[in-house]
Amino acid sequence: MKTVIHTEGLSKEYTRGRVATSGLLRDSLANLFRSSLRRGDKERFWALRDVSLEVKEGEVLGLIGRNGSGKTTLLKILSRITRPTSGWAEIHGRVGSLLEVGTGFHPELTGRENTFMSGAILGMSKQEITRKFDEIVAFAELEKFIDTAVKHYSSGMYVRLAFAVAAHLEPEILLVDEVLAVGDIKFQHKCMGKMGDVARAGRTIILVSHQLNQIRRLCQCAAWIDWGTLRQAGPIHEVVNSYESAMSSTEQTDSLRKTSSSLKARFLSWEIVQPAADAPHTLTSHSPVKIRFHLEVRQPVRNTQHGIALFNVDRLLMWATAQQDISFAPGIHYLDYDFPSIPLRPGAYSWQVSLWEHEVQVELWNAIPDLTIATPNYQHWRDEWNGVLNIPSTFSTSTTKG
Amino acid sequence: MSSVTSNPSVAAPAAKLPNRSESLRIEPPHGLFNLRLGELWEYRELLYFMVWRDVKVRYKQTAIGIIWVILQPLLTMLVATIFFGRLAKLPSQGLPYSVFVFAAVVPWSYFASALTNTTNVVVENQRVITKVYFPRLILPLSAAFSGLVDFSIAFVVLLIFTFAHGIKPTFTILLLPFFLLLAVLTVLGVGLWLAALNALYRDVRYLIPFIVQFWTLASPVYYSSSMVPERYRWLYGLNPMAGVIDGFRWALTGTGHAPTITLIASTIMVCIALFGGLTFFNRMEGSIADRV
Repeated sequence: MKTVIHTEGLSKEYTRGRVATSGLLRDSLANLFRSSLRRGDKERFWALRDVSLEVKEGEVLGLIGRNGSGKTTLLKILSRITRPTSGWAEIHGRVGSLLEVGTGFHPELTGRENTFMSGAILGMSKQEITRKFDEIVAFAELEKFIDTAVKHYSSGMYVRLAFAVAAHLEPEILLVDEVLAVGDIKFQHKCMGKMGDVARAGRTIILVSHQLNQIRRLCQCAAWIDWGTLRQAGPIHEVVNSYESAMSSTEQTDSLRKTSSSLKARFLSWEIVQPAADAPHTLTSHSPVKIRFHLEVRQPVRNTQHGIALFNVDRLLMWATAQQDISFAPGIHYLDYDFPSIPLRPGAYSWQVSLWEHEVQVELWNAIPDLTIATPNYQHWRDEWNGVLNIPSTFSTSTTKG
Repeated sequence: MSSVTSNPSVAAPAAKLPNRSESLRIEPPHGLFNLRLGELWEYRELLYFMVWRDVKVRYKQTAIGIIWVILQPLLTMLVATIFFGRLAKLPSQGLPYSVFVFAAVVPWSYFASALTNTTNVVVENQRVITKVYFPRLILPLSAAFSGLVDFSIAFVVLLIFTFAHGIKPTFTILLLPFFLLLAVLTVLGVGLWLAALNALYRDVRYLIPFIVQFWTLASPVYYSSSMVPERYRWLYGLNPMAGVIDGFRWALTGTGHAPTITLIASTIMVCIALFGGLTFFNRMEGSIADRV
């Protein structure tokens, strides 16, 4: 496959002082005098440092990383909004970038007028917009309001129209920054479907998103940018999983067990004891599973309640249960859970286990590391039909007599 | 997502990719003067849309809309005629003072408002600049061009007004487009500097009313440039608008002499300013998104 985006040692340096000051002449004059006294007090920093990357034709690449890690800077360089300080990039094909929803919209203009304006700014020709106009309006579901000034639109309507215009951009290479997280859920799904179509049409896409599930669904590969440098690039699950576990472990050390109010008991660790595997926190099969939590008890606890919950990366509750009236003597205890299988879609999940004594919390542990589910997928081939569960199933037909 | 049972091979019709394939190399900025006029030409539709948007928005926000375009120069002419013509009795090259001043106010209003708009256009579009790429030169160009729509309307009124005073056009009227072009180039020559400077230092925004005010006094809008001593005429002509207004008035009414010396000095001045402005704006272009 042809390489369509190739960057080599791409770096971008910003001067913090210049960006942050008011931009008034007064400050610059003041700086003139100051810098003659104190040289080099301007704070420089690298927003992007030595990023070398290759994207093949038709690939959908997810860019992940913390806020301010340099993802948007990379997109801005590739879309030519800003120039690199050093290094270079080569792009083969027409580039369209989508860094914001509603670029070029003016509140005084009508939906129709804004469609043309925004389309032109995003790089569509007048002829192209005219041809796709009805399709855009239908996609936005705004047939009745297309000749109303957008200042009278609700924010939902505004976003729908803005995205509809953007979604009909048909460049060979599309750069998208965190813009899919707009509108209501129904519209988001519609947008995701549209993105999927674009990807299947053989276009190359670079997508920035914090929604890792979205990235997992749309992309085949990912690049993880951390502090301006490329930390890891490769197949989607590898990169996203290592990003997720790095994120959850830093979060954990940040708020290291602040919640454990009493020292009577604490959870130490967890593991998958069955099926036995090299990676005790990764589930690779649909066979029966035994999960074990290690609990250290220092003072006897009686008539305790014990809760367990499983969350996905978006902190949505997947499953939870609780046990009543159990007592523990001091010492190390195993708390075992047996499941016939855990039929959740592949991804990262986290356990939360707790211990309560008469409505008082004794211990609450957000388990580390995460549970990584990497089981064979039994789901629909189209992304939009991928559900929360991943239930093994077989299919057959038979004919009844009569 | 219409159907769960659709065949994937027919579900998503692959849209045809455009045949035109372009290669692009992105590098740190280098070179002093790299205009990329070809690219500007490719974006001509965007320029058209920007002008179109400017004009639309301008009239949508006002109650009497397009009437302002006529009212503004008319009122200026009226007040100037009363105070400078009747009271101060300024000479007007043998023309009725009202015609004399109106013929200057129309191109001058274009210049003053276009210069202000050009100065502010980069700052006002900073959101777009930081979100999408297009040749940044489109912005000052659109600001300079969109003023021409107002100008055209006012110009029609000026024509009627001139004829109503019994002044017949001569062949010199064919030279009007040249003087108009000179006015547009002056707007760009000065505006490109100011627009780029305004992106760096917002002070420029506050400076603009003063610049326009001083410039009015230094141009033959309300008085005749014949009041300037002959030997300083070339110096006076270094103000390009002196050449533009003198020429405009001469071409429209056909009276007086062609402002030769002033015009030559003005044209040279415009060319220098424009070249410098383009270079400066071009140098700024690469980093403009980082600075606005």
